[in-house]
Amino acid sequence: MRADDDDAHEWLDAEAGPLVRSYAVTGGRARPGASTFDLLTYVVGTPAGQRRHAVHLQPEHRALLALAAEPISVAELSSRAGFALGVVRVLLADLLDEGAVTCLAPAVAPGHIPDDHILQAVILGLRHA
Amino acid sequence: MRDERARSVPTAIKILVAGGFGAGKTTMVGNVSEIMPLHTEEVLTSAGTDADDLSGVEAKRTTTVTMDFGRITIGDSAVLYLFGTPGQDRFWFLWDELAIGALGAVVLADTRRLADSFPSIDYFERRGIPFVVAVNCFHGHQPFEVDAVRGALSLDPDVPVVMCDVRDRRSGREVLVTLIEHVRSITMGPAHSAVAGA
Repeated sequence: MRADDDDAHEWLDAEAGPLVRSYAVTGGRARPGASTFDLLTYVVGTPAGQRRHAVHLQPEHRALLALAAEPISVAELSSRAGFALGVVRVLLADLLDEGAVTCLAPAVAPGHIPDDHILQAVILGLRHA
Repeated sequence: MRDERARSVPTAIKILVAGGFGAGKTTMVGNVSEIMPLHTEEVLTSAGTDADDLSGVEAKRTTTVTMDFGRITIGDSAVLYLFGTPGQDRFWFLWDELAIGALGAVVLADTRRLADSFPSIDYFERRGIPFVVAVNCFHGHQPFEVDAVRGALSLDPDVPVVMCDVRDRRSGREVLVTLIEHVRSITMGPAHSAVAGA
């Protein structure tokens, strides 16, 4: 699909870049507005998201909502849904706009090393689990 | 975007597993954790287009990269997430995102192809990401001493070098313990007391 095709959409110009199959479900968007969704950002579906279940959400959105009934990391969500990470991020941005999911504050601020008692617990867990 | 349920989010710890193609990354992630495939789609760069013949496939400008991704749950408080870095250099652009917020990295080395681990070591050294070198002895006897490997890789003296067999769950997990102890010694100084139970 190219911008100079006869039936090209007006939004698909040279600036839009190439469009590939997976991104059809995302309306051609390759990135959400912000890099809100780090690999280890936890998201969870909201009650509003459950209620609006049947409205204008695509099946892909619903699949993510179903998996996010409990808090789940973006990476895990992508893996379980079987959608590429970039696609999941765009769909999550839609769901966030709709108020259907919320991002949870991380237990440790990004770039910070966890408390030593956590690291010690991890070491013991690795050795004895 | 804070939420009442924030309390239920465990401490998520990101660890990278790097090394050359065939060094045992997939085997290690699979044996120490619950492994799940993770697909990313990335726009091909010029570096990538050299490798893939795209003539006649004009719409195809992205490639799917599958990473090894694993999870180890530690009680209710912490979850380790392991990410196997793509083994091919042309996927270097994925690393930058993977590296963000990583606690540290394991560089798997195969002494038959030691040079394959140079790009990983360079990468983590330049970004100041703590790492350990784990020499995978999966092909039987490992003829080199730790010091010989350290010398061949020109490693700083404080970078841990350990022998391991990534086919063995306990051995792989002990490599992760070495990494976390290394991070603790960097954070708290070398005088910290090691966690008992070895």
